[in-house]
Amino acid sequence: METTKLDLSNYRELLKQYLVKNDETALYEAEQFSKLSVKQNISPEEIIHVHIEALKELYPDLPREINDSLNFLLEAMISYGLALQEFQSLRIKQSELESEISVAASMQQTLLSTEKPEISGLDIGGISVPANIMNGDYYHYVKTKDTLGIALADVIGKGVPAALSMSMIRYSMDSFPESHREPSMILENLNRVVERNVDPSMFITMFYGSYNPKEETFSYASAGHEPGFYYHAEKDEFEDIEAKGLVLGATSNATYQQYCTHVKKGDCIILLTDGVTECRVGDRFVEREEILEVIKKNIHLPAQEVVDRVYQHFARLQDFHLRDDFTMILLRKEV
Amino acid sequence: MDFKPCVNIRKEWDIVGARQLGREQAKEVGFGTVDQARIATAISELARNIYLYAGKGKICFEVINEFDHKGLKISAIDQGPGIRDLNQVMQDGYSTSGGLGAGLPGVKRLMDHFEITTEVDEGTQIHTIKWLR
Repeated sequence: METTKLDLSNYRELLKQYLVKNDETALYEAEQFSKLSVKQNISPEEIIHVHIEALKELYPDLPREINDSLNFLLEAMISYGLALQEFQSLRIKQSELESEISVAASMQQTLLSTEKPEISGLDIGGISVPANIMNGDYYHYVKTKDTLGIALADVIGKGVPAALSMSMIRYSMDSFPESHREPSMILENLNRVVERNVDPSMFITMFYGSYNPKEETFSYASAGHEPGFYYHAEKDEFEDIEAKGLVLGATSNATYQQYCTHVKKGDCIILLTDGVTECRVGDRFVEREEILEVIKKNIHLPAQEVVDRVYQHFARLQDFHLRDDFTMILLRKEV
Repeated sequence: MDFKPCVNIRKEWDIVGARQLGREQAKEVGFGTVDQARIATAISELARNIYLYAGKGKICFEVINEFDHKGLKISAIDQGPGIRDLNQVMQDGYSTSGGLGAGLPGVKRLMDHFEITTEVDEGTQIHTIKWLR
């Protein structure tokens, strides 16, 4: 089929064909014509105008009432033409904003990227998937001489503001001296930073854990963060990693209790954000029990595979439209 | 040409009068039906703005007849409250009356030339031109 041309003679031919034969082909071509017109920013009143002109050529003795009524229609369509143009300009604006945000998102990824450390005897898996383009969750490995630190934070809220706060957390943490790397101390320092710099309506929950391979201990503190799970390999049992503490930024001088646990061979530490525990399926929230079930089913797999499978499970449950950012980390002591 | 016909806008009914005079002028200049309809719509928007936000004002017409240029100039003049945030008013997607395609961005699209001066508490002047092609 030849390409539909937007001109009077073409339209007149189509119209004539239709009026004579009343066939579907002409209607199909009229549809093509209509699509092309939208693409080329041709407004409805112009099409009506072409229609009137074509009709007048085909029927030179067009009754005045018909002619006038078509002019009336033309007048009535003017606002639709304007709306179309505005819609198109808003669409361009939207795609500009989207590309700006995606630049910001890739910048964020670079800024917040963290390399999975190689530590013999420790199997580490981590995943963080944003609900929108920008991530309001954040995790970070901090390797020091004797320990591996793991920071995991979640901003209440999503999108760009959440993502901006995360960069702040990351860079404040980098500026703390090595001697201040105790979990409770890190949270106390960050609390002050957040309290001073972040809008009071924005809350950040955070978990900081520090694994010491030599002493086989895991010390941690939490600022109102979703409790993780501890897997006792020997007993094949899971336990909540409970830790008390206020969310970051609520008061200026919050203190955080530090806990310490001995890690045995095969034990796992599972940390997550509430995007995992509060993932919604239809109208209901997924229960922690259900998450635990999925983890249990996969706990025999390598760390990265466990977190990947848990993510896939819940992404599928939500039809791949995450409602909140999803982050999960799993550490397993192998020897 | 010194004589400039104007229509005072005080009540909604005056908008129709302005459209009518505008259409007559547009016909005289030689605009086709589509452009006539566009000019009339632009006049409506301008006159409605006066009626809604300034209370009273006027719409004036001027036929431009330069040797290679023919067109119709439409001016909307009021001594109303003026526009505080012009950027916002001229932005697509912003509309006090709601809906796409309305307001001053619509007028700008309908016409070929558009300029606006506004002073808070003193009023607004909008000059637009449609050229005959």
